[in-house]
Amino acid sequence: MNALFQYISTVFKGIGTLLTGMKITGKYVFTPWKHVTQQYPENRETLKMFDRFRGEVIMTHSENNEHLCTGCGICEINCPNGSIEIISKMELTEEGKKKRAIDQHIYHLGMCTFCNLCIKACPTGAIVMGQNFEHAVWDRSKLTKVLNQPGSKIAQGVKE
Amino acid sequence: MSEIKEIIMHSDKIHTDEYLVNMGPQHPSTHGVLRLLVRLEGEIVHNIQPHVGYIHSGIEKMCEAISYPQVIHLTDRMDYLSAHMNNEAVALCIENALQVEVPERVKYIRTIMDELSRLASHQLWWCVMGMDLGALTTFFYGLRDREHILDIFEETCGARMTLNYSVPGGVMFDIHPNFQKRVKDFIKEFRKKLPEYDELLTGNVIFQERTKNIGYLSLEDAIAWGVTGPSGRGSGFSCDVRKHQPYSAYPLVQFEEKLDTKGDTFTRYRLRIEEMHESLHIIEQLIDNIPEGDFAVKMKGVVKLPEGEFYQRVETARGEFGVYIVSDGKKNPYRVKFRSPGFSNLFALNKMAAGHKIADLVAIMSTLDLVIPDIDR
Repeated sequence: MNALFQYISTVFKGIGTLLTGMKITGKYVFTPWKHVTQQYPENRETLKMFDRFRGEVIMTHSENNEHLCTGCGICEINCPNGSIEIISKMELTEEGKKKRAIDQHIYHLGMCTFCNLCIKACPTGAIVMGQNFEHAVWDRSKLTKVLNQPGSKIAQGVKE
Repeated sequence: MSEIKEIIMHSDKIHTDEYLVNMGPQHPSTHGVLRLLVRLEGEIVHNIQPHVGYIHSGIEKMCEAISYPQVIHLTDRMDYLSAHMNNEAVALCIENALQVEVPERVKYIRTIMDELSRLASHQLWWCVMGMDLGALTTFFYGLRDREHILDIFEETCGARMTLNYSVPGGVMFDIHPNFQKRVKDFIKEFRKKLPEYDELLTGNVIFQERTKNIGYLSLEDAIAWGVTGPSGRGSGFSCDVRKHQPYSAYPLVQFEEKLDTKGDTFTRYRLRIEEMHESLHIIEQLIDNIPEGDFAVKMKGVVKLPEGEFYQRVETARGEFGVYIVSDGKKNPYRVKFRSPGFSNLFALNKMAAGHKIADLVAIMSTLDLVIPDIDR
């Protein structure tokens, strides 16, 4: 008899605790402004990532299509998985001296782990982390990017 | 299949009342690709043989080919829920080897980040624990609160999970100007939310029936199998590295090592909830007193460790995490070994679950808080 009573009381206790849980759920049903969910694809216009968000490596260019990269290759050495390849070339300066310059700064987005070591190591601050995070493409080869824009050249006065 | 055949061939007599079932590698409650070879009699578990290595990524071997600062970003990928503690372990190990003294500010920042990671990890564990036992609601509530911590991480470190924030000699960036305000807001908010956790799950009779007196692990077994973290402390094994070998700012803060001797699933659950309170308490002590100063000491361009062996252990959300580096004086480590808490905890599963029903196995596995990349690494 005692066991039966205990069994029935457990059933009622179970229902009681279920209702306690339901109370919290109900509270949030009627206070929808407390939700933190973002309607992602719809809010694309207003969505702003944090300044330090690591989306992809980009090279900043000025209005005159000038960048700060000297082609020193420190970012390539610091990259742990070989996502950066530097192809440099020799250029003649105005004084007739030979000087190393960047030909192509190749960045393999598909291999990048976004560890930020290249940006930390860059002595001139030529490369920074961009905020774009929508990287899906149909073809894998599109993930290999050349960071310096065609026809761009190094800004004046930048030294290694 | 060959293993199953082997077991049948080598057993003295074939138990016709027992059968072998593969739980996993694709099972929702193993939280990853983990295979348990379970020997069952009806619904009762007789023996469990875990098989690991499905997502072995060779991180230890990869470390031998890259330089010391580069090793850190790989540790993010092991126990991705305690990413910052793993980063810190490697950074501390390198700093100890080079005898670099980091600024006070770094110690404070690292400790706050540690405790935030622990909170985020326990929140995810809590919501998944509820989901494993059939309460889907908890899953959304835990993730909702975790989102605030991930926002804090994203603002200061630039990433949500793979932080790569601790570097040899300090941290990668200074804390964001909003950091302190955000953390304080979060603590205020989460102090209100934590009682909800208890109301939703801890007090639930169905949950208690399924966890109390289930999955007993004795103190002797916990020590013998090296079960650390809240799982070990639930059996009375005082193993908190933060207390016994304090690092960073832990010597400066007051906190309690939560211990219990009951050793069942519910105790392990309760200790983790209590640890969340303790973590909030630790952050509250530090957040207003972050000293001014540099956020990193200047290190050489190429970090070279002196010849020798170095070991550093830290307390992650799952237990004791150790980094063992053998250096031959070059810029790459000669050998790196990680002592991951998940691996040791997993193999005590047989001691806990033998004799219980297969549904209890899910509950027991849930309180071990397994992260499979941490086990396979």
